[in-house]
Amino acid sequence: MFDLERWQEIFDTIRKNKLRTFLTGLSVASGIFILVILLGFGQGMRNGIEHEFEQDASTSVWVWPGVTSKEYKGLNPGRRIQLVNENYTKASTIFNDDIEYGSARIFVRGVSVNYGKEALIYGVQGVASDFQFIENAKMMEGRFINYQDEASNGKVAIIGNKIKKDVFGDVDTPIGEFIDISGIPFKVIGVYKEMEDREEERIYIPITTAQRTFNGGNRVNNLSFTLPPAENFDKAVAQAVDFKNGLREYLQQTHTIAPDDTGAIEVWSAMEEAKRYYGLTNNIKLFFWFVGVCTIIAGVVGVSNIMMIVVKERTREIGIRKALGAKPWSIIAMILHEAIFVTAISGFGGLIFSMALLELVGPNIEVDYIMNPSVNFNVAFSTVIVLIVAGTLAGFVPAYRAAKVKVIESLRDE
Amino acid sequence: MIEIKDLHKSYKMGSNVLHVLKGINFKVEEGELVAIMGSSGSGKSTLLNILGMLDGADSGEYTLDGVPIKNLSETKAAQYRNKFLGFIFQSFNLINYKSALENVALPLYYQKVPRKERQEKAMKYLERVGLKPWADHLPSELSGGQKQRVAIARAMAAEPKVLLADEPTGALDSTTSYEVMDLIQKINDDGNTILVVTHEEDIAHMCKRIVHLKDGIIVEDKKIEQVRAEQYV
Ligand SMILES: Nc1ncnc2c1ncn2[C@@H]1O[C@H](COP(=O)(O)OP(=O)(O)OP(=O)(O)O)[C@@H](O)[C@H]1O
Ligand SMILES: [Mg+2]
Repeated sequence: MFDLERWQEIFDTIRKNKLRTFLTGLSVASGIFILVILLGFGQGMRNGIEHEFEQDASTSVWVWPGVTSKEYKGLNPGRRIQLVNENYTKASTIFNDDIEYGSARIFVRGVSVNYGKEALIYGVQGVASDFQFIENAKMMEGRFINYQDEASNGKVAIIGNKIKKDVFGDVDTPIGEFIDISGIPFKVIGVYKEMEDREEERIYIPITTAQRTFNGGNRVNNLSFTLPPAENFDKAVAQAVDFKNGLREYLQQTHTIAPDDTGAIEVWSAMEEAKRYYGLTNNIKLFFWFVGVCTIIAGVVGVSNIMMIVVKERTREIGIRKALGAKPWSIIAMILHEAIFVTAISGFGGLIFSMALLELVGPNIEVDYIMNPSVNFNVAFSTVIVLIVAGTLAGFVPAYRAAKVKVIESLRDE
Repeated sequence: MIEIKDLHKSYKMGSNVLHVLKGINFKVEEGELVAIMGSSGSGKSTLLNILGMLDGADSGEYTLDGVPIKNLSETKAAQYRNKFLGFIFQSFNLINYKSALENVALPLYYQKVPRKERQEKAMKYLERVGLKPWADHLPSELSGGQKQRVAIARAMAAEPKVLLADEPTGALDSTTSYEVMDLIQKINDDGNTILVVTHEEDIAHMCKRIVHLKDGIIVEDKKIEQVRAEQYV
């Protein structure tokens, strides 16, 4: 490898056979390029999906009531299910050990919201103090609803960051300002931040206040919970499924719903959904690997084909060199040395180029479910090494054969 | 310099065996210029290839400069070729992507001569064959005669003990052939041992000895009065 004379000989050969060298290099470089880009996008999809699920607490479970579709115990189908406070408190008691946080929620409808003279068109929701953790809302200023607010029917409101920007642009801070909900003044005590603007367009008030002040009675619109973290992803999924089924069963019994009438009470667990997507991304990643490996194999086959042609093309030259005193091993070394050199340079060239492209373009890609495609440098690096080794092995066979051919045979005029 | 005794060589062609050399005995002293003649298929090239260690004999003895040549490994044969032998082929066999100078320098590369020295030496031999101005030209830019002169310079560059030429003028017109023979004679004048395979009577008579092959044996071996090629150039 460190024989300077041989390096010079190889550079000579490469310089004088530019097209051949270029084609060999191109097939290697494009193989690596395609692989890196594929792997990058595989990772990008994973990143994107993980990001989507970061929005709500990943262990959250949500209950949405619907309409029955089956007759059950003498009750007609088409009944609208209405959840009430007791459903929440009872469920919280039954599943006390399984639940980390929980909150019932009510959508306050038919109210007008004003800030001074300005009419606001944001939705008002009554929630419990724990809802902050379920929704994964980050407090930017002030605080969220606390237990005290709930117990005392506090006239307090938490607004999203977008509302702050849209409505409270003139004041230093919305904290301490009052908004009127159906004429009743609520004091703004906190501003929260979410991943998406859409989720920042809500005004949260204590659920107790919402029910008492706006004729909610004991009705609630939905329930949400989070489960404590589990050791690993699979356990977390199993736990979520258990809880989900248990909760649904309880609610179906309480509301006299057929066990197989899934539309009447919908229970949705983020974990399960995440698992579906995780499985999907795993499959996608696997697929990309598969395509990538095929690309590499195609690359190796390409390299070995080129090597075969190169060697064939050089049969006469090899014969001449041997007649002039080249030993078989020096022929093999010459061919391999050249192959390794060209493969390595173009392989790393392709690697650097594709990584640079991912690095530059990756962070700017804004497509749903694809985020910051990137590739593990070690993986890409090993791939190049694999390609070099495979290319070398592929080149070795024809080189070895060529070196073994008798001189008179390789010099024979066709 | 060269001594062979009872040399046999046959080729297998499927189930047939073609007996090409059937007991060749001959001796070449240092400084000789020998023409090997014979009809097509008489085994001239086969003999030369065996002498050049490009091919092996089936039986018989071969001694080159006192070294018995027998059962050589490829590596050993390459070493001997590099040290003892220079080849001149009918079809020149220059490497097409290398310049005249680089072609001449190539055997020196395999002798592990450093690059600079290699090029100086190659240039010296190119000058001897009168092609110094063509040093940087590729073979494709040279005429047949020039190519053969490059090939001769290449064979000479390694300073071998024996030069083996298989129909060196076979692809050249008569004037160019004489130029090449003139060069070969001059190299021989310096004391180099040279074997030339040829079809042509006039070329053969420019050597000092003619060996006639027929049906795999030597039928005639005579010393002759050398005709100088210079006068025809
Ligand atoms: N590798 C080989 N395999 C089989 N037969 C061969 C081989 N090489 C030569 N022969 C045969 O051996 C015989 C002698 O061949 P050789 O090349 O020595 O002849 P030659 O005297 O050099 O002829 P020419 O003047 O045409 O060059 C021929 O009949 C040829 O067909
Ligand atoms: Mg012949």
